[in-house]
Amino acid sequence: MMAGKINPEMWFADPITAPPSKKPSRDGFGKALVELGEQDPNVWAMSADVSESTRTHWFAEKFPERFVQVGVAEQNMAGIASGIASCGKTVFISAYGVFSPGRNWDQVRVSICYNDVPVHLHGSHTGVTVGPDGASHQALEDIAITRVLPNMTVLAPADMEEARKATLAVAKLGHPSYMRTAREKLPMFTTASTPFKIGKANLCREGDDAAIFACGPQVYESIMAAEKLEHEGGISCAVINCHTIKPIDAEAIAYWAKKTGFIVTVEDHQIDGGLGSAVAEVIAERQPCILRRHGIRNHFCQSGEPLELMKHYGLDSEGIAKFVSDNIGKKR
Amino acid sequence: MTETPKQALLDAEPTAGRRMQKVADIKKLYLISNSIRQNVIRMLHKAKSGHPAGAIGLADIFTALYFNVMNHDPKDPEWQGRDRLVLSNGHVCPVLYAALAETGYFPKEELMTLRQLGSRLQGHPHRGALPGVENSSGPLGQGLSVAVGMALVGKRERKNWKVYCVCSDGEHDEGQAWEAALLASKYKLGNLVMIMDRNNIQIDGFTEEVMPLEPLGEKYRAFGWHVIEVDGHNIERIISACEEAKKVIDRPVMIIAHTIPGKDVSFMDFIVEWHGKPPGDGEMDRALDSLGTERKFYGDE
Repeated sequence: MMAGKINPEMWFADPITAPPSKKPSRDGFGKALVELGEQDPNVWAMSADVSESTRTHWFAEKFPERFVQVGVAEQNMAGIASGIASCGKTVFISAYGVFSPGRNWDQVRVSICYNDVPVHLHGSHTGVTVGPDGASHQALEDIAITRVLPNMTVLAPADMEEARKATLAVAKLGHPSYMRTAREKLPMFTTASTPFKIGKANLCREGDDAAIFACGPQVYESIMAAEKLEHEGGISCAVINCHTIKPIDAEAIAYWAKKTGFIVTVEDHQIDGGLGSAVAEVIAERQPCILRRHGIRNHFCQSGEPLELMKHYGLDSEGIAKFVSDNIGKKR
Repeated sequence: MTETPKQALLDAEPTAGRRMQKVADIKKLYLISNSIRQNVIRMLHKAKSGHPAGAIGLADIFTALYFNVMNHDPKDPEWQGRDRLVLSNGHVCPVLYAALAETGYFPKEELMTLRQLGSRLQGHPHRGALPGVENSSGPLGQGLSVAVGMALVGKRERKNWKVYCVCSDGEHDEGQAWEAALLASKYKLGNLVMIMDRNNIQIDGFTEEVMPLEPLGEKYRAFGWHVIEVDGHNIERIISACEEAKKVIDRPVMIIAHTIPGKDVSFMDFIVEWHGKPPGDGEMDRALDSLGTERKFYGDE
C-alpha cells in the first residue's frame, strides 16, 4: 500500500502500514506517570482497586508515599484527590471510564472542577474495545459528560506514545483534565518525534474530497481507511487526529470544512455529545458544510472480542471506509 | 430597631493581628458567638433565602474553632502552616462567612451581600471566591472526602497543621460519607477532626424518621475512629473536646456535637421548617430580640 499523502511532519512509524508493535494506550499513561513521579515530588496518584489495569501500579511501586489506594470508591477518590490537590499537589486518579467519570460525575463537577484544582482523571477501558465485559463496562458517554464541565480539558489520545505525551502535558495545566485510554493493544504509529500540543489537532494525511476527524483508536483506522479509499475508490480523504476534544481545535475544523465541504467524525463513543457533537458545534457556528458522524448511535453495545466489536460496529478501517463512501455521494 | 443592620456592621473593626490571637475568656467567646448569630440572621433576612436554623445552631462551634482552637491567620489566608477548616454541609455557610468576617478575613459589611449577584459570598461556598474558604461545597457528603485528602497530605508530609471538617448528620445518608470514614481509618489520620452537627433535622423532617442514623457513635467507633460526644452549645466543652482530639494521633476523631437548630432564637429552636426559610422583617426583629439586647459586636468593647 502506498502512503504518499501521509504528512511527513508527523514523523509517524515508517511505513505506517506496519507499525513496530501494538501496545495499549493505558501503558503510555502508566509510563508517563512514573516519569512525572521522578521529575516532581508533588505528583500523586490514586486508584480505585484497579491499579494494575489502569497501569497506576508502576507509580505505586516506586512512590508508595505518594500513592493512595481508595478501594472500590470512585466518589471518595475524586473528593480526596481534590483535598490533596488543594495542598499544592498534582493528582492523577485512575479507574475505568464507566466508573470515573461515570460513577463520580457529581464529585468531579463540584469537588474538582468547581474547586478548579489540578486533578487529572484517567479513564481506562473506554469504548467498545473493552470487549467481552459488555455494555456495562464500555464507556461510551465519558467524553460527553466531561466536556460539558467548566475548567475541564478532555483528551482522547490515539496510541500509547500519544497517551504518554498527553499525560505529561496535562501535568502542566494547573487545572482539571480527563483523558480516556483503551484496554486493547493498538498499533503504535506515532513516535517520540510526533508533535503533540493540547488543543492542536494533528493533520495525519492530506486529502481534497473529505476530511475525517477522528480520536483514539479510530485515528489509525481512519488513516488506513483513507489509504483504501484513495486506492480503491478514488476518494481523497484528509485525516485529522483530534486528540483534544476540549478545547476543540476550531481553526482546523473550519479550515477543513471550507477546503473539502465534507467532514466525517469517527469515535469509539456515542455520536451524541462526543467528538461528533463537538465538531458539529464548530461547523454550525463557523463554517457550515456537510457533516456525517460515525460512532455508536444511541444504543448499548454487546460483548465480543475487541477487534470483532470494532468491525461489528464499523469502527475499523473497512467500516470507516464504507461509511465515508456511502455518505460522500450525499455531499451534494 | 434603632440602627440599620449595615450601620451595625460598620461599627466593628476587623480583629487586628498577624496570626489569629486566641480568645481564652469563655464569656467573650459567648459574646462573639452571639454576634455571629445576629449577623447570620441579618444576612439571611437581607438575602431573602438560605438556611438559618443549622447556621445559627453552629455559631458556638464556629466561634470555638475560629477564636480558640484553630491556628490560622486572617491576614494571610494562604499561610501554609494554617489549620484547615473544610465545611462539608455547605448550606450552613452563612455561619462560616460570619465567623470569617468576625475574625477579619474580609469586612463585615460585605456579609450583607450574601447570595447577591457579584458577591464573593456565594449561596454555597466557593473556593477561590472568598479568602478563608477552603473548599467548594453544597452537594452533601463531598467535604468529608476533601478533608481526608488534605489530612493525607498533612500526615504523609509530617505537617503540624490539622484538618477540621464540619459536617452534618443528615449528610450521613450519603454513602460517600462512609467511604471517607473507612479511608480515614485505614490511613490512621490522627490529624483529622470531624465535627458533626448533630441537630437531628434535615429537609424532610427529623433524621431518625427520614433515615435512622443511630447509633452514630458506635458506628464511628466500629469504623476505627475516636469518638467524643459534646453539647454543641457549651463552648468550654467544645474546646476541651478539640484539645482531647489533638492528643489522639493514631486515628481520626469524630466529635458528635449535639446542637439545637436555631439555638436561642425562641421561635426557631428545633423547628424543622426553619431549615431552609429566611426570617422576614418582623421575624428578624423578634430573632434579634430573643438573642438579647447585646447587639454590639465583640470588637466594640
